[in-house]
Amino acid sequence: MSGARLELAGVGKNFRGLRAVHDVSFSVPAGAIHALIGPNGAGKTTIFNMIAGVYVPDAGAVTLDGRKISGLRPDRVCDAGVGRTFQIVKPFKGLSVLENVTVGALHQRPDLTEARDAAASLLAQLGLHDRRHQLAENLTLPDRKKLEVARALATGPRLLLLDEVMAGLRPTEIDVMVAFLRDLNARTGLTILLIEHVMRAVMALAREVVVVSYGEKIAEGTPQEISRHQAVLDVYLGEQEAS
Amino acid sequence: MKFGRRLTDGVPSRALWGLGVLLLALLVAPALLGKYGLSVLILVLYFAFVGQAWNIMMGFAGQLSLGHALYAGLGGYVAAGLFFHYGLGPWAGVFVAVAAAAAAGAIVGYLGFRFSLAGVYFALLTIAFSEFTRLAFDHWEWAGGSGGLFLKVDATVDVWNLRGGPLLFYYLILALAVGAFILCRALLESRLGRYWLAIREDAEAAQAVGVPVLRCKMIAVVISASLTALAGVWNAFYYNNLFPETAFAMGRSIEITLAPIIGGLGTLFGPVVGAVVLTGLGEAFTDASEYFHIPGMKQIFYGLALLVIVIYRPAGVWPWLADKLGIGERRP
Repeated sequence: MSGARLELAGVGKNFRGLRAVHDVSFSVPAGAIHALIGPNGAGKTTIFNMIAGVYVPDAGAVTLDGRKISGLRPDRVCDAGVGRTFQIVKPFKGLSVLENVTVGALHQRPDLTEARDAAASLLAQLGLHDRRHQLAENLTLPDRKKLEVARALATGPRLLLLDEVMAGLRPTEIDVMVAFLRDLNARTGLTILLIEHVMRAVMALAREVVVVSYGEKIAEGTPQEISRHQAVLDVYLGEQEAS
Repeated sequence: MKFGRRLTDGVPSRALWGLGVLLLALLVAPALLGKYGLSVLILVLYFAFVGQAWNIMMGFAGQLSLGHALYAGLGGYVAAGLFFHYGLGPWAGVFVAVAAAAAAGAIVGYLGFRFSLAGVYFALLTIAFSEFTRLAFDHWEWAGGSGGLFLKVDATVDVWNLRGGPLLFYYLILALAVGAFILCRALLESRLGRYWLAIREDAEAAQAVGVPVLRCKMIAVVISASLTALAGVWNAFYYNNLFPETAFAMGRSIEITLAPIIGGLGTLFGPVVGAVVLTGLGEAFTDASEYFHIPGMKQIFYGLALLVIVIYRPAGVWPWLADKLGIGERRP
């Protein structure tokens, strides 16, 4: 398993005249971890949904290793090598934790026993092994977030899209998740793009950060550059009055 | 061998023994039961079989069909019509019957799934198709119109033309019920089965992990419709008559859904247990209403009994019963 290069070129999306995303371009090199940040309603999840095939962009294109994936159905995008989590978690509630991840693992392993073994090993890595026989609906929110990650990883992606997986986690749990993702990235070269509000995680993980506001990209750079960027400060802290 | 092991993998040996004993009992039952007992057992197996077929769609893939009478009716009419008009035996006719029902299922499924009709809206679509097929058959001369289609009642046993008494039909429906049970177990323990469960739980999340949702739903409706058509063929040759008003009736569709709902949606044994409970209650209340000479008593108490079961065992009788017996189906 190795990472794939993601590229967005002039991507845009309107909802009944509302301009949700406009002319957004950025790329994530193979094996890199980048973050997508911005205020609520900036269009981050819409961008994710265009990469994952939930929405078809009205303009521009999304490519993975040079192959166009925008316009494909979500399951085809998964076939192409994209795994994603949902901001509002979507566990298969009536199935056990193990079976949740097994469904993901079946994507690359048609044999149920093999898929279950692969799922069990992923759950062990994410610290959910003890809860593997519980129904997913009985998990706490932090565990559901981990389950989202495990299920997405089980499909064997080359690009992982993480939509606010740190939200709701305690600081120590955030550090564990950060360490897990960093180790995974170092071990497998998996490309990761994360939407995140938890700056502690963004600073620790992301090589580069893309900032969006009102559907447009307003800045791009290393975490250090971004934290000093005037437009970003304006968006997050409010514009300072000219004196 | 590998297939056999896959089927029994993870099933407690107690449960396997139980199944073996049950099958043996069902095989010798006709010798022990009287005419009446056999007719009741035939009803139980019929509802267990169609319930199993319907459960594939609702219990596994989460798609509510309230129009399964369409597939049973089509299957029955096609096989009976071919036999009546052209003398084509049911063992050949059944292929045409199943193909017709599978095509009907594919049409209903495609319209519903392609255009994202979910839940009750999909259910309404299934009712609509079943209803207008009923109206069409009312006016179709070939199928006898509203006057019905009758097969000649013949007491001589002729297996090749499905002519014979209850014993023949008992063993036929037993074979179908057992076959459907094994088929459902095999499906559930396959990738397709797990994909169905994922779709039932959350179609969007399923698609995100690579499940081809439309294709999986289409396979579910086609398999379900095909099995239901087999029940329809059996039904037509057992009762020797077909009327659009009953074959495609809303009540017939509801009847098909009851055993799995009462027994336990999405479980393998639910439709079987549900069929036993429902048929048992139905017969008991019929006897009681005859004894007390109160017409209509059956329907009232039957309805009340269903109400009580649904209120106190919303997940069905079987999961609760299996728990008590310590042989619970391992929840997937």
